[in-house]
Amino acid sequence: MADEETRTPRRKRRTPEEASIDPAVREMLACADLMGLGTAFSRADALAPCNIGAVGMCCSLCAMGPCRLTKEGITGVCGATIDTIQARNFIRSVAAGSAAHSDHGRDLAFTLKAVANGEAEGYSIRDVAKLRTVAAEYGIAVKGRTPEEIANDLADLYIAQFGQQRGTVAPVVRAPKKRQNLWNELGVVPRGVDREVVEALHRTHMGDDQDHVHLLHHAVRTALADGWGGSMIATDVSDILFGTPAPVLGEANLGVLKDDMVNVVVHGHEPTLSQMLVAASQDPEIVAYAKAAGAGGVSLSGICCTANEILMRQGIPAAGNFLQQELAILTGAVEAMVVDVQCIMQALVVLAEGFHTKIITTSPKVKLKGATHIEFDEHRALTIAKDILKAAIDNYPNRGETRIPAYKNSLIPGFSHEYINYMLGGSYRASFRPLNDAIMAGRIRGVAAIVGCTNPRIQHDSSHAAITEALLKQDVLVVETGCSAIASAKLGFLLGDAGLDRVGPGLREVCETVGIPPVLHMGSCVDNTRILTVLTQMVAEGGLGDDIDQVPAVGLAPEWMSEKALSIATYCVASGAYVMMGGHNPVEGRGDTVPDSVLVSDYMRGGWEEAYGGKLEFLDDPQEMIRRALAHIDAKREALGLPKYDPTLFGRSGDARLGEIEEETRGASLEERQAALYGQVAAR
Amino acid sequence: MSRYIATRAIRGANALVSEAEAMLEQALGERGPETPVAFPNTAYYLPVIFGMMGKEIGQLGELPGILAHARSLLHPTPSEEHWTPYLGETLDSGMATLIAAEVIEAIRYVYGLQPESMPGFKLAGGTAFTSPDSDGGDGGPDGHLNGAIDDIQLRSWGIQLVDGRMPGFAAIVGCARSNEAAVQIVRQLQQRNILCFLSGNVNGRSIIDQLAEEGVELGYDTYTVPFGRDTISAIYALGFATRSALTFGGLKGGQAREILTYNKDRVFAFVLALGEVDDLKYSAAAGAINFGFPVIADTVIPQILPTGVTTYEHVVSMPWNEIEGADDSEKAKRLVQKCIEVRGVKIRMADVPVPVPYGSAFEGEVVRKADMRAEFGGRGSRCFEHLKMAKLDDVTDGKIEVVGPDLSTVEDQGSMDMGIVVEVAGRKMEQDFEPVLERQIHYFVNGASGIQHIGQRDITWIRISKKAADVGFSLEDFGKILHARFHSDFGAIVDKVQVTIFTDPALVEGRLAEARRAYDFRNRRLADLTDDAVDEFYSCTLCQSFAPNHVCIVSPERLGLCGAYNWLDCKASFSINPTGPNQPIRLGRKLDAVSGYWEGTKDYARIGSHGVVEEVAMYSIMQNPMTACGCFECIVMVIPEANGVMVVSREDTSMTPAGMTFSTLAGMAGGGIQTPGVMGVGKYYLISPKFISADGGFKRVVWMSSVLKEAMARELEVVAERAGDAELIERIADERSVTSVDELLPWLEAHAHPALAMDPIF
Repeated sequence: MADEETRTPRRKRRTPEEASIDPAVREMLACADLMGLGTAFSRADALAPCNIGAVGMCCSLCAMGPCRLTKEGITGVCGATIDTIQARNFIRSVAAGSAAHSDHGRDLAFTLKAVANGEAEGYSIRDVAKLRTVAAEYGIAVKGRTPEEIANDLADLYIAQFGQQRGTVAPVVRAPKKRQNLWNELGVVPRGVDREVVEALHRTHMGDDQDHVHLLHHAVRTALADGWGGSMIATDVSDILFGTPAPVLGEANLGVLKDDMVNVVVHGHEPTLSQMLVAASQDPEIVAYAKAAGAGGVSLSGICCTANEILMRQGIPAAGNFLQQELAILTGAVEAMVVDVQCIMQALVVLAEGFHTKIITTSPKVKLKGATHIEFDEHRALTIAKDILKAAIDNYPNRGETRIPAYKNSLIPGFSHEYINYMLGGSYRASFRPLNDAIMAGRIRGVAAIVGCTNPRIQHDSSHAAITEALLKQDVLVVETGCSAIASAKLGFLLGDAGLDRVGPGLREVCETVGIPPVLHMGSCVDNTRILTVLTQMVAEGGLGDDIDQVPAVGLAPEWMSEKALSIATYCVASGAYVMMGGHNPVEGRGDTVPDSVLVSDYMRGGWEEAYGGKLEFLDDPQEMIRRALAHIDAKREALGLPKYDPTLFGRSGDARLGEIEEETRGASLEERQAALYGQVAAR
Repeated sequence: MSRYIATRAIRGANALVSEAEAMLEQALGERGPETPVAFPNTAYYLPVIFGMMGKEIGQLGELPGILAHARSLLHPTPSEEHWTPYLGETLDSGMATLIAAEVIEAIRYVYGLQPESMPGFKLAGGTAFTSPDSDGGDGGPDGHLNGAIDDIQLRSWGIQLVDGRMPGFAAIVGCARSNEAAVQIVRQLQQRNILCFLSGNVNGRSIIDQLAEEGVELGYDTYTVPFGRDTISAIYALGFATRSALTFGGLKGGQAREILTYNKDRVFAFVLALGEVDDLKYSAAAGAINFGFPVIADTVIPQILPTGVTTYEHVVSMPWNEIEGADDSEKAKRLVQKCIEVRGVKIRMADVPVPVPYGSAFEGEVVRKADMRAEFGGRGSRCFEHLKMAKLDDVTDGKIEVVGPDLSTVEDQGSMDMGIVVEVAGRKMEQDFEPVLERQIHYFVNGASGIQHIGQRDITWIRISKKAADVGFSLEDFGKILHARFHSDFGAIVDKVQVTIFTDPALVEGRLAEARRAYDFRNRRLADLTDDAVDEFYSCTLCQSFAPNHVCIVSPERLGLCGAYNWLDCKASFSINPTGPNQPIRLGRKLDAVSGYWEGTKDYARIGSHGVVEEVAMYSIMQNPMTACGCFECIVMVIPEANGVMVVSREDTSMTPAGMTFSTLAGMAGGGIQTPGVMGVGKYYLISPKFISADGGFKRVVWMSSVLKEAMARELEVVAERAGDAELIERIADERSVTSVDELLPWLEAHAHPALAMDPIF
C-alpha cells in the first residue's frame, strides 16, 4: 500500500463543496484547510485505492504470494483461480462483519446475564414486556416468574448461540416459515454464530475450499449467523435493557455541540456504556462537578451508531455520521470523545493532539495508540461512567477557541418494529394491515431500506440524499438505519413535516394519517434486523405474498465502506431482498481482460437470485439505483397482481382543505367561518 | 388520523376522562362504593368495559380502576411542528373515551338520569302484539328515550343481522341541516333496512328532536333507536357492537382484539356525524374506528382515506352544501349511498314501485285507529291471503287486478272485505313451497311505510294509514309490492307472479272457501311431514357469518332455533340458492332412533362445526345437544333437583329457578358451544313430538315463561292431549308463581307434576 501511495501521482484535492453536501461538513472542511489539518476526505484524495485490491484480484493468504492475478489464464502459485480468490476475499469480509456484529451481541448477552443476577451496577430491565415476548418465542417459561429469572434463562440461551456447535441458531425461528424451509433445504441455516465464522476462516486458509459457489454458499451461512443470529440478539437485548425505541424528538449535526457545556461525544456502536453516560450526565453530582468547572453541565452527543442507540431511546442528539468524527474534534468544543468499538478512525488521536480533546477508549478489545484508556466493565458501569465524565469536565478549562457550525436539524427517530405495529392501530388493534393495505392499493408504491455508512470516496451524504429524495417522490416509503439515517436527519427527512411536501401524493396520505416522517429511522446498523422483522410481519399480515422475496421492497447501501455492510447485504439477499450497494463490487474484476474475474459477481446476481429470490449488485450511479429500485418494486407489484402504481388516484385526504377554508375566510366573522365549515346549523 | 383530527380527538378524550373521574368521585361520595351499577337487562355488565377489559363491573367501587386504565390510554396532543406519530395514540384515546363514556352512563343510570327524559316522547312499541291498538307497555315508560339496548332486542335482531335482512347499523350523531334532511336521511337508511342509532346534538338540538317533531316513530320496531340527546349516549351503539361479538361470535370478555376485528369483519356499521363535529365527537369517532367503523360527516372535516384499521376509508367528508341533488331527499340518498360504499355494506333491496317509502325498517310501524284511512280484517270485515302455484301458461306475469270496489269507496276509518290471491308459476316451483312463500306476504306488505299487516291466512288484518292514502297508496299497490318482492327474493323458483285483489264481498266469500280448503290440505300435509318420512334434513349455516362454528340441523320436527327457518323453508332456500347456507343432509343409516343419530348428521356435525362439535343428537338435551348461535327464541335448561327442564323465553326478563335470567343463561347457550343440559331452541320445537324425546319429552317441562304459555296456548293444549294429561300445562310452573328452585319443588308436588315420577334425567 505504502509504495502504491508514492507511485500514484498526487490527485486533485476536492473542495469542501465537492466533498460533502452537508453545510456543517463543508464549513469544518474549510476550517481544516485553513488549519492545514488532514481528514479522511483529504487522505482519500491523496490516496488512490489500490486498483487490484479494489476488485479482489489479489490473494495474500499465504507466504507463497501475495499473488496478483491481473491477466487471463494465470492462477496463484497454488493454482487458485481468480474466482476462488475473489470468493475467499469476499467471505473473509463477511466473516469479519458477522463477527463484529455478533461479538457486540455477545457482550450484550453477558450484560443481560449480569443484570439478571444483580451484578451490573446501575442497569435494570427496562422493557419487561419485550423480555416476556421474546423469551416466550423461544419457549422459555414466563408465567409467574420474575423478570430477572426470565432474563437469566434468556441470557443463557443467547450466550449459548455463539458457541453452539449443532442445531440451529434460535432467532431463525422468527423468519417466515417458507424462508426457513428454503434455508433448511439449501443447508444454510447457521448452527452456531462462532462456528460459522471460524469455518469461514478455516475454509479460506491456504489449500481449503476452492470452489467459488461453495464458498459463497458458506458466506450466506456466515451472514445469516449475523442477521438472524448475533445482530438480532444485540437488538433484542438492547431493547430489553435500555427500552424498546418509540418516537422521540431529537437533533442531528455538529450544531448540537454546546458552547457553554462540557461536550462529551460518544462514538462507536455499543449502547452499554453510552446509556450509562446518559444517566451519569444527569446525576446531580456530575452536574455540580461541571458547574464547579464553570460549565452549564455535561452535554452528551453521539457519532455513528452509538449515537443512534441513545438518540432513538433518549433523544440524545447526534453530532453526525461516520465521516464527521474528525470534524467534531475540529470544532474545538469537544472535551472528550469516548469510543467503544467499530468505525473508529485511528486518525482521531493524532488530530486531537492539536486540540484539547481527550480520546478515551473504553472497550477491552479496542485501544488506540496515544489515547486515554478507561476500561469499561458493566459490573461497575455507573462508577466508570462518572469517572469518564469527570475526566471530560476536568478538561473543560483547557478548551480554546471553538468553531461550532450553526447547522442542526430536528428529527423523530425511534421506529422499532414494535412501535410501527402500535402506530398503525393503537394498543387494541396494532397490526401491519394499514401498511400492507397502503402498498396493495398503491398509495405506497413499495418500501426501500436505505442503510449503511458514509464513504469519503463518494461525495458525503449525496447518494443517500439523491436516492431518498427521488424515491419519496415516487411514493416509496423509506426505512433507514445507521449513518444513512443520520444523513437523512440532517436533510430534514425524518420529520412528519417532510411527509407533507417532499413526497408523492399517496405516501403523503399515509404520512398524514399516521403522523410519521416519510423516512423511518429504525436504529443502528445491528438494527437492520428490525427491518427483517418488519418484512416478516408484513408477509404474515397477508396480501403481499408468503415470503420476503415477494414484497415490493429493495435494500440500498449507497455509501457503504465497512465489512459489516457486506455481511448485512449478504444476509438480506439470503432473506430474499434485492440489495444494491454503491461503488464497485469489491470482488468483481475486469471482465474484458480477465473473463473469469466476473464469475463471483455474476453468481451474486444470478446464482443467488435463483436460490434465494434476492440478489446483490454494485452500482456507481445513484440514478441507476433509483431506476432499478423502481423497476424491481413495480415488477414485484405485478407479480403479486397488485394494481399498477398510479399516483393520480391519491392525495385527497388530509388537513389541507381546512387550511384552505381558514385562508378563504380570513377576516370573516365567527358565524361566517362556522358556516363555511359546518354549513347552516339547524335553527329551532 | 389527520393531525387536526388527532389533536381534537385526543383533547376530547382527555376532557371526557376527567369528567368521568369527577362524576365518579362525586357518586362514590354520595352513593358509596357498594352501589350497584348495571345497564338494564343485559348479561354483559357494562359491555364495552367487559368486552375490552374483561371486567365484570357490578358496583360503583369497581370503576376507579377502569378509569385509571382509560387514563393510561391518553396521550398529549400532537405538536404544531416536529410532531411524533399520532394514529395509534388517537385510537387509544378513542378507546379511553368509550370507557369513560360508558362509566358516565353507568353513573347516570345510578342516578336515574338514563334513559334520558324527554317529556311527551313515546317509544314505538315492543315486538309482539296482536292488535295495533293495544298499548302493551313494551315500549318502555313514556317521556323517556331508549337508553341502552337490552339483550332481548339484540337477540331478536340477531337473525336479521346474520341473514342480511338487516345489513348493519348507522350510529347517527348530531343534528341534520333541517328537519326535512333528518327525516330523509333516516328514511333512506330505513329503506335499506339499516338500523339507526340516534344520539348527540349540535348546539343543544338533536336529530331526535328533529324526527320527533316530524312525527317519525322512533323505537325498536322502526329500526330507529333514540339513545339520548348527547354524544356520550352514542356509547350504547358500541355496547351493542361489543355484545354482538360476545353473543354471536362466541367470544369472551377481555378478548378485545378479537371482538374489535369481529366487528370490523362482520358487523357493517358506520358513524354518520351530522353538523359540527366537536372534540368529543372526534374522540368518540376515534373509538368507533377501533371497531373498524368508518365515519362519514356532512360537514367539512379532514378526510382520512388510507385503509387498514377500517376496511375502506376511515373518515369521509361529504359537506351537505356540496352534495348534488335538487332537494334534501336526493341529497340524503347520495349521502346514505356514500356511507354504504365506505363501509362496504351489502344491500339486498328490491325496487318496489309504490308511492310510500319501502323497507324492512317499516315492518314494525303501527297504524293507530286515529291515523287510519281504512282497514281490512279485524273486527269489522274479513281479510285473507292465499298463494297458490299455477301452470306457467295460466299466469300473466305482472298482472294485477282489483276485483270489486276501490279504496275510495270506503268511508274514513272504515273497513272493507279483502282477499289477496297470489298465483305464482315457475319451473322449479313446488307445491310444498306455497306456504313458505305465502308467509312472506306478511313481511312484504309490512315493508311499506304507513301500511300495517298482522296475522296470516284467514286472520289477516291490514291497515292503511291516512298518510299513505294521501300520497296515493291504492289497493293495486299490494299487488305491485308482492310482484316485485317475490321476483327479487324468490326469483330462482318463481318465474311469473300474478296478483288478484278481491273486494267484492260475494267473491271474497267464494275465494275464502277455496283458500280454507288449501289451508286444511297443508295442515294435513305438515302433520304427515315427520322426521321418519323424509330422507334428508337440512343444514343451516346462515349464522356462521356471526357464530363461525355453529350449525343448525333442521328436520321436519325440529325447526331452526331462531324460529325463522323450518324444514320447508330450508328446502325452498336450497332450491333458490343451491350453494347457499341451507344444504341437504342425506341421512343414510339410522344409528340411534331414540336420541336421533344418523350417519349423515354425525358426519355433518363435525364438518359444519369445523371440528368443534363431534356429534349432535337431534332429540336430546342431555347428550350432545345441538349448539346455538345466539338468536334462539327460548332456552331449555335442565333443573336437576326437579328431574326436568325449564323453558325461558327471550322475552322474559324475570328471574328463573336456575338463579339466572335469560340474558345470563344465553351466555352459556350461545356461541356454538355444546353444553349438555343447556340448549337454545325455536319455540315451535316445544310442541313437536320430538321435543327432547330421548329425555322424556315435553313432560319434562317443569317451568316455563308465562309469555310462552299465553302465546302458544292453543298449540300447548294439543301437546297436553297428546301426552294424555289435559291438565299438563297447569302443572307447569312459571315466573308468576316460582322464581327459585326452593319454591319449585313444593309447587310441582302440589300440582302433581309428572316429571317427579319419571326416571332420573341423568
